[in-house]
Amino acid sequence: MNAVASQHDDVQHSPAIPTGGQARAKSRRPSWHLALHAVLITLSFFYLLPFFWMLSTSLKMDGQEIAMPPVWIPDPVVWSNYVRAMTGTPMLWYLRNTVIISVISTVLGVLAASLTGYAFARLRFPGRNLLFSLCISTLMLPGIVTLIPEFLLFRQIGWINTFLPLIVPWSLGGHALGIFLFRQYALTIPYDFDEAARVDGAGAFRIWWSIIVPLSGPVLATIAILAFIHHWNDFLRPLVFLQDKDLRTLAIGLRLFRGEFMVQWNLLMAASALMLVPILALFFAAQRYFVQGIVMSGIKG
Amino acid sequence: MAATAPSARGLGRRSSRLWNQQTLEGYTCILPWLMGFVCFVAGPMVAALVISFTDWSLLAPPEWIGLANYERLFKDPMFYTSVVNTAYLSFLAVPLQLILALLIALGLNEKLSGVTIYRTIFYLPSQMPIVASALLWLWVFNPDFGLANALLNMVGLPGLGWLFDPALSKPSIILITLWGGIGTPLIIFLAGLQSVPDSLYEAADIDGAGPMARFWNITLPMLSPIIFFNLIIGIIASFQAYFTLVLVTTQGGPANSTTILILYIYYKAFRDFDMSYASALAWVLFLIVLALTAINFLLARWWVHYEGGEAT
Repeated sequence: MNAVASQHDDVQHSPAIPTGGQARAKSRRPSWHLALHAVLITLSFFYLLPFFWMLSTSLKMDGQEIAMPPVWIPDPVVWSNYVRAMTGTPMLWYLRNTVIISVISTVLGVLAASLTGYAFARLRFPGRNLLFSLCISTLMLPGIVTLIPEFLLFRQIGWINTFLPLIVPWSLGGHALGIFLFRQYALTIPYDFDEAARVDGAGAFRIWWSIIVPLSGPVLATIAILAFIHHWNDFLRPLVFLQDKDLRTLAIGLRLFRGEFMVQWNLLMAASALMLVPILALFFAAQRYFVQGIVMSGIKG
Repeated sequence: MAATAPSARGLGRRSSRLWNQQTLEGYTCILPWLMGFVCFVAGPMVAALVISFTDWSLLAPPEWIGLANYERLFKDPMFYTSVVNTAYLSFLAVPLQLILALLIALGLNEKLSGVTIYRTIFYLPSQMPIVASALLWLWVFNPDFGLANALLNMVGLPGLGWLFDPALSKPSIILITLWGGIGTPLIIFLAGLQSVPDSLYEAADIDGAGPMARFWNITLPMLSPIIFFNLIIGIIASFQAYFTLVLVTTQGGPANSTTILILYIYYKAFRDFDMSYASALAWVLFLIVLALTAINFLLARWWVHYEGGEAT
C-alpha cells in the first residue's frame, strides 16, 4: 500500500515542481544571464518592498510612521506593537471564529469533495457525465448571483448570524475545484483494487473510505490547502451573513479595525502581518501542495 | 489485499446486477453534492431570476413587475459606469498580469541559479490575504505618508493622489493586482514551459533559429492553450476577485471611479436592500460571464494550438 502511495507521489511530484537543472548549465552559462539576474533582482526588489514597508511600519513607535521623509529602519524597534494589535482589539476572538469556520469547513469540504470526485471518477451511473459537467460549470458561476436568494433563504430559516451559511454549503460539495482535482486523481488509481474489494463484498462507500482515500494523500492535502486558504480569506459571504460583531472573522474584522479600534498605521500593519503568518507558515510547510493545486487546475484546458 | 483476478464468467454474471448496484451507489455517493447543488446553486439561481421579475424591498411582499427591473437597468447610468469600470480593470489587469508572469517565467526557465528564491518572491504576494494586502496598499498609496509618494519625492517628483485621485484610482488598482496577481500564472507558465519537449528546441537550433524565432514559433504556440485557459478563467474570476480589494481600499470611489459591477450589486442588495433590482444586475453579470466564455471558446478555435487531441 505504501509503495503504491509513494509511487503516486512521484508521478505527481515530477511535473509540478519546476527546478532548473543548475548543475547541467553551470559549465556553459551564457554571459547574458548576468543581465537577466540584474532585471530579476530589480523586479524582486519592487515585489519585496511592500512587505518591507509593512514590517517596517509595524515596528515603528507611535508618530514615527508618519514622519516624512520616512524612517526606513524603525528606531527604536517596537515589538510591543504586535501585542497591542492583539490585545487592544478583539483580534484573538476573530481568530477563534475564523479557525472554527475554516477548520470545520475544510475537513467536511474535503471529505465531500473526495466522495463526490470518487463517484464521478469510478462509479458508473446514468447521468454521470451531465452531472459532472454541471458541477464543473459552477466554477464559472459568479457567487453573487446565488448570494441574494441564499441570504433570503438563510434569513428565513434563522441561519443569519450563525456560522452555518459558511460551513454547510461547503460540506455539501461546494468545492467544485476540489471535486474536479479529486476526480482527476482517482482516475489514475488502478481498478484492480476495486475489483478485489468487490469480490470481498465491499460496497462503493467502503471502497472509497478504505482504499481510495488512503491512497489519495497528496491530492487531499492539495484540496485541503486550497479550501483552507479560501475560508481563511473569504470576505463577501462572512460580510453578508455575519452581522453580529461577536461573530466576525479576521478578514471582516481587520477591515473594520481601521477607524473602529485604531487609526495608527503601525498597529494596522502589525495586525495585517499577523493575518499573513498562518498562511506563510502553511506555505513553507507544504509548498509543493500549493504548487500542485495551481498546476493541476491551471494547465488543464 | 489479494489481487486475485475474478474469473471472467463470474464477472459477466455479476455485471448487470453490478450496474444497478452502481447506479444506486453512485447517486448515494453524490447525494451530498447533489443536495448542495440544488439548495445553494441551482435553486438560488432560479430564485434570483424570479426575484428579478418582482419588486421586493423585504418590507412588503414581492410584487410581479415583469421586465421593469431590466428596463430600469438599461436606463441606469451607474449600471453603465460599473460595467465600464469592470471592463477597464479586468481587460487591462488580467492580460497585463499574464504578460508579466510569462516574461518572468521565461526568465526563470533559463536555468538560472537562485530560481527557487526568485519564484518564491514573485509568488508570495499572491498568498497575502486580500484584506491584509488591500490595507497594506492603502498605506503604500497614502498621499501624505505613503511609500509610493516617498519614493517619488526621493527622485524629485511630486507626490500623486493614487487611489484617491479619480484619474489614477483604476491604474492604482491595476498596479496592486500586478503585485498580487502574478503568482498563480507564474507557477502555471513555469510548469508549462517545462513541458515543452526539448526536441523541438533542438530541431530549431539545427535550423539556426534565434531566440525570438524560437519564442514565436515554439514556446508561444505550445503555451497558447494554457495562456488562453488562464485568460478566460482570470477575467471571469477578476469580476469577483476585485470586490474585496475595491471595498477595502476605495469603497468604489473616488467619484465612483472604481465602482465595479459586483460592488454595485452588493450595495444595491445589502445597503439599499433593493433585492429585486440587485438580482436583475446579478443575472446580467451572469449572462456577461456566459457570453464571454462562449466567445472566447469560439475564438480559441483559430488561434490556439492544441497538441494532439488532448484538450477535453
